[in-house]
Amino acid sequence: MDIRCERRVLANGLTVLVHEDHACPIVAVNVWYHVGSKNERPGRTGLAHLFEHLMFEGSAHHDQGYFQPLQAAGAVLNGSTNADRTNYWEVVPTGALELALWLESDRMGFLLPALTREKFENQREVVLNERRQNYENRPYGRAAMAMLAALFPPDHPYHWLTIGAPDDLRAATLEEVHEFFATYYHPANASLAIAGAVDTAEAFALVERYFGDLRPGPAVAQPANELPTAGGPRRILLEDRVELPRIYLGWHSPAMFAPGDAELDLVADLLGSGKTSRLYRRLVYERRIATEVAAFQQSREIAGYFQIVATAAPGRTLDELEAAILEEVEALAAAGPTDGEMTRVLAQAEAQFVYRLQTVGGFGGKSDQLNAYNVFLGEPEYFTHDLARYLTATPASLASAAARYLRIPAPVAVSVVPQGQHALALSDSALVVVH
Amino acid sequence: MLDRSRAPALGVDRPFRFPGIRKRRLANGLSIWTVSHGQVPVVTMVLLIRAGSSADPADRPGLASLTGDMLDEGSGDRTTLEMHEALARIGAQFDTEVGPDATFLTLTTLSRFRRDGMALLGDMVIRPRFDPADFERVRQLRMNRLRQLKDVPSAVADRAFTAALFGAHPYGHLAIGTTTALEAMSLDQVRAFHQTAFVPERAVLLVAGDLDHDAAERDAQDVFGPWTVPPGWQPLPEPVLGRPPDPRDRVLLVDRPGAAQSELRVGHSGAPRSTPDYHALLLANLVLGGQFVSRLNMNLRERRGFTYGARSFFEFRVGAGSFQMQASVQTDATAEAIREAIGEVERLCGDAPITPAELETARAALTRGYPRNFETADQIGRSMAQLALYDLPDDYFATFVPRVQALSLDDVQEAACRHLHPDRLVSLAVGDADRVASGLEALGRGPVVQLDPP
Repeated sequence: MDIRCERRVLANGLTVLVHEDHACPIVAVNVWYHVGSKNERPGRTGLAHLFEHLMFEGSAHHDQGYFQPLQAAGAVLNGSTNADRTNYWEVVPTGALELALWLESDRMGFLLPALTREKFENQREVVLNERRQNYENRPYGRAAMAMLAALFPPDHPYHWLTIGAPDDLRAATLEEVHEFFATYYHPANASLAIAGAVDTAEAFALVERYFGDLRPGPAVAQPANELPTAGGPRRILLEDRVELPRIYLGWHSPAMFAPGDAELDLVADLLGSGKTSRLYRRLVYERRIATEVAAFQQSREIAGYFQIVATAAPGRTLDELEAAILEEVEALAAAGPTDGEMTRVLAQAEAQFVYRLQTVGGFGGKSDQLNAYNVFLGEPEYFTHDLARYLTATPASLASAAARYLRIPAPVAVSVVPQGQHALALSDSALVVVH
Repeated sequence: MLDRSRAPALGVDRPFRFPGIRKRRLANGLSIWTVSHGQVPVVTMVLLIRAGSSADPADRPGLASLTGDMLDEGSGDRTTLEMHEALARIGAQFDTEVGPDATFLTLTTLSRFRRDGMALLGDMVIRPRFDPADFERVRQLRMNRLRQLKDVPSAVADRAFTAALFGAHPYGHLAIGTTTALEAMSLDQVRAFHQTAFVPERAVLLVAGDLDHDAAERDAQDVFGPWTVPPGWQPLPEPVLGRPPDPRDRVLLVDRPGAAQSELRVGHSGAPRSTPDYHALLLANLVLGGQFVSRLNMNLRERRGFTYGARSFFEFRVGAGSFQMQASVQTDATAEAIREAIGEVERLCGDAPITPAELETARAALTRGYPRNFETADQIGRSMAQLALYDLPDDYFATFVPRVQALSLDDVQEAACRHLHPDRLVSLAVGDADRVASGLEALGRGPVVQLDPP
């Protein structure tokens, strides 16, 4: 499945990618800014995401919410922030492409005159409520914070979650928000993808019209990966309002697209994806000591981490789960997958890849993927190469990746247990409190 | 020089035509609908069975869902793991959804595996294995899931609110059922439910994506042709799905001590999918709480900052439906958020009726935004399943936009007021009772009734 696009770089440094797909009369507009929570500093975590909210609240030439004109044109829109990038997208009917580009260019070039203290304070409250809803009031919601904080040292940019700490959000000032915009939100730090029912030449002409005169900004220095060293306690215990204890094991792993990344993705599938995966089969299906298991290779721009999560069945301890998990990891690292497993895991990887190509826009659609390849690799048409990373894997390469990255004791183990039931946690765990 | 101060005018959208549905019926009564669509080599199959959680016997809530969950646990002499190995070999995405009115088995695969995928679906519904050991394992996993859901505020709210609005009605429980009922359920009951409900006459197979109609129909004939009704078959008793009486208590509270937020539900029972006001209510809801710029979200999120988001919807079903508003709000704003939500309904039907501009924004969302609902095989398969479930006409997709365009402001306003009743609204909060109860009392909508935590 080759996906072709035409790529141009405007004089101000904005990279523009256009991909034609006339299957459905809609157009996806997708803008990536190469900034995320890893560009924040300790004490001001959460700023990149809070900033994303402010991008929807109006700009100099359209000083009101961005949802109104776009929804009134039949569009859908959203945005998201992660550790490495922030994206904004609209999927519009063909007649509303120019409207979307007018708005995207206005907030890229002229956000600050419209950014008032009132908007800033309102969206800070919204974000604090987003944090309450998705982390504080959700079972096991604090485990990810504890995991990252223990896996990456305090000065490492992956030490904190993108949502940020409430105290940091409250301490952020409007001046800092202005400075953040000036540093990161400009054409040379952005990538604009347009995919769908458009004519390529018309699309470039519109982009030149709306984005061509935006001022270039300063070069952006991206943080480097300091070799993560586990400083604090490795075995951590959290209390939560939950019925069943859960274990999270975390290992350091390769960064996105680095050697070993695709292999560990497949190792994660072999271990934890579906009922035939080794951990599900052993822990849930056969021994029934767990109610659910999952495994992920979380690859990010400058580093990755591999995580295995399992929830104990009633009456089972996390020590028992840990031992069973490590046994399966060891078996895979020692002998690799069987031929049958290999066939299945590659079939699933290929199919998942193709399913994602069905949509032009939104999170994970073709326009989003074009920007991902462009921002992280400088190769927007990387699709076929990306798939080849998976299809060229062998049983030996998977065993070797598992052996290299996962055979060592997990650097971090987080136990989440019901209030007061510390005995259910992994032995030798230290209680921490995460807010 | 570009004048940025004026929004560019909207152009004319390129036309969209929903691809034609071809229908066929096998001798055993199974309907087969196919749609050829798309350039990506993917196909989605939905097998719809007209039996959902409303078909649960009154003393066995969760039976339909447990039966649905057992379908992919092996078939014939193929074990659970062998079944899932076969699914994985074709890279299938498979899920079983048991809704109030129907069970949907949805399988997406690469189009070159269409036949294999269909054969697996056929095995699941025609020859499920129903092994006792698998049954015990699946039942235990569901009981553990129910246990965990006690700590998920949105799940607690949905369960309590469903029970409050519908009571003993067949829609009065969630599909997953209750622990007590699950403990008492037997594999024989599952077998009996399967034999009664999973028959070709109650089923529709919908296939969408990169396919040839003739070939897809031939596969369906091969796979589903042998599906027959068991000897002595008795039809499933049809649930009685009229509108339930309104509950006596209108302010409900589930205590969650120390909760960081309150999970809110405000609503009442409502119209079925067959209401002639369907399109008008879609529009009215977009104005009230159905999209970001709706009154409810702009009030609770963008003006007051109480929540990450607030929304409303009409849940249309074969029988009575409901109207609901939902939000998760900071604890100290619990009562005020409920007051504002109720206020939005009162204002919509009172001194602040829908404006022409609001109506046009809502109309554009439905009409100009319509084509993007038909981009993927999965979207088309699931959309067709809605047509099949609610007996909608073949030209439903083609006439949707003209019907929405034909509605006047009065049509929409009158439909809204026919179906929204501020005085009937029931409010529920799952939150810290110590901190929210007195505020709820002060709403003046009757005594606060505290429900037992699940």
